[in-house]
Amino acid sequence: MIGALLGRDIRLATRAGGSSALALAFFAAVVTLVPLGIGSNLDLLARVAAGVLWVAAVLAALLSLDRLFQADFDDGSLDLLALSPLSLETMAAVKIAAHWLTTGLPLTLLSPLLGTMFGLSLGETETLVLSLLIGTPSVSALGAIGAALTLSIRRGGLILPLLVLPLLAPAVIFGAAAVQAGPSGLSGGALLLLSAFSVATTLPSPFAAAAAVRLNLAG
Amino acid sequence: MANMFVLANPKRFMDMSERLLPWLGSATAITLTIGLALGFLAPPDYQQGTTVKIMFLHVPAAWIAMMAYGLMALMSFVSLIWRHALADVAAKTAAPLGAVFTVLGLATGSLWGRPMWGTYWVWDARLTSFLLLLFLYLGYIALRTAIEDEARAARAAAILALVGAVNLPIIEFSVNWHTLHQGESILRADGPQIATVFLWPLGISALGYTLLFLTLWTVRIRTEILDRRARAIMLSGRL
Repeated sequence: MIGALLGRDIRLATRAGGSSALALAFFAAVVTLVPLGIGSNLDLLARVAAGVLWVAAVLAALLSLDRLFQADFDDGSLDLLALSPLSLETMAAVKIAAHWLTTGLPLTLLSPLLGTMFGLSLGETETLVLSLLIGTPSVSALGAIGAALTLSIRRGGLILPLLVLPLLAPAVIFGAAAVQAGPSGLSGGALLLLSAFSVATTLPSPFAAAAAVRLNLAG
Repeated sequence: MANMFVLANPKRFMDMSERLLPWLGSATAITLTIGLALGFLAPPDYQQGTTVKIMFLHVPAAWIAMMAYGLMALMSFVSLIWRHALADVAAKTAAPLGAVFTVLGLATGSLWGRPMWGTYWVWDARLTSFLLLLFLYLGYIALRTAIEDEARAARAAAILALVGAVNLPIIEFSVNWHTLHQGESILRADGPQIATVFLWPLGISALGYTLLFLTLWTVRIRTEILDRRARAIMLSGRL
């Protein structure tokens, strides 16, 4: 049952017209615009790379969030899922996992390429990949709460970033700081804090998301 | 436990608040006048000069902005668990007030920062976390206004307020970790590190701001209750 739901959500996101490839393309496009805006000096780019990649990754992941529950809500699948033996909490957890596997993980895998183009050293790129790998689950998790809260709003896609972005500030801070700290040994601390943030937001999020889905189904 | 819900009855709340409001309003006017007058008459600081007087407007605004979020989250919790309509009204009306005090804190802080730090804005810990607090308020207000069904809006907003309340300390910590704001000078274990000539006006201003917030909050809660009654009457077709 859990596997079936996970497989279904992953297939929906990766097949033609799915959000996974679009989020990746958006990520690459935003990052490409930055050197055009601030100039192509590699020293400068290397200094801002971590922040830019983190912000772009968060935005790209947010872009595909309104599909997380909205499509299922609109065509009635969410009602059927609510009737299934799975609890809404489990359903939310599975959907968050599927969202991360189809956006957070691909974004992480693409980041070394973009990081190298921004002049990051090998060590910095490694830290960047590690920070994205650790931090992006919290983006999917907090995003899922926002997506569930805005289910019944017609223009929910516009409100969602306002709800979720302030909550994601710690992920961006710790994620970018880990890379900027460089080989000084401070990056370990930032990565630990990022891990703590990621765990502390990801674990309780299915409950909040399920509560939000429930109130939107009740009406 | 029973006492906690004495005010949960809207009728009783309306009666009590009607009697209380003139007193609350007068107390606010008197305390704020005294606080600001004392602040105006306080001597210039040996380092900061006359600009130190912005403190009496700035610091209490910042305190109230944070207190309002705490109250909003508390009321949201009560409304979510016990489904008290009045708690929801209290949470709903605290949000715009909190947002206004946040803007006031940011604006006075920025005016203070110009002569002190030489710039209107720095990406320092408290400024940044206050800007994020403003976004949390705006998000709450936006979510409430976007959902048409009142009961659904109430519960969605309550969940958001609680998620925000849990995350606020983490945001605060992360932003602190990240970054010229002066350290804590009032609530310290070794006693306040601030001259008595400034402590008194600050304390009275803070009390005045708190009373101002309570007065405005009560007025807004009353307005919202009356508004809901008016809508209920309209819907029932008796008008």
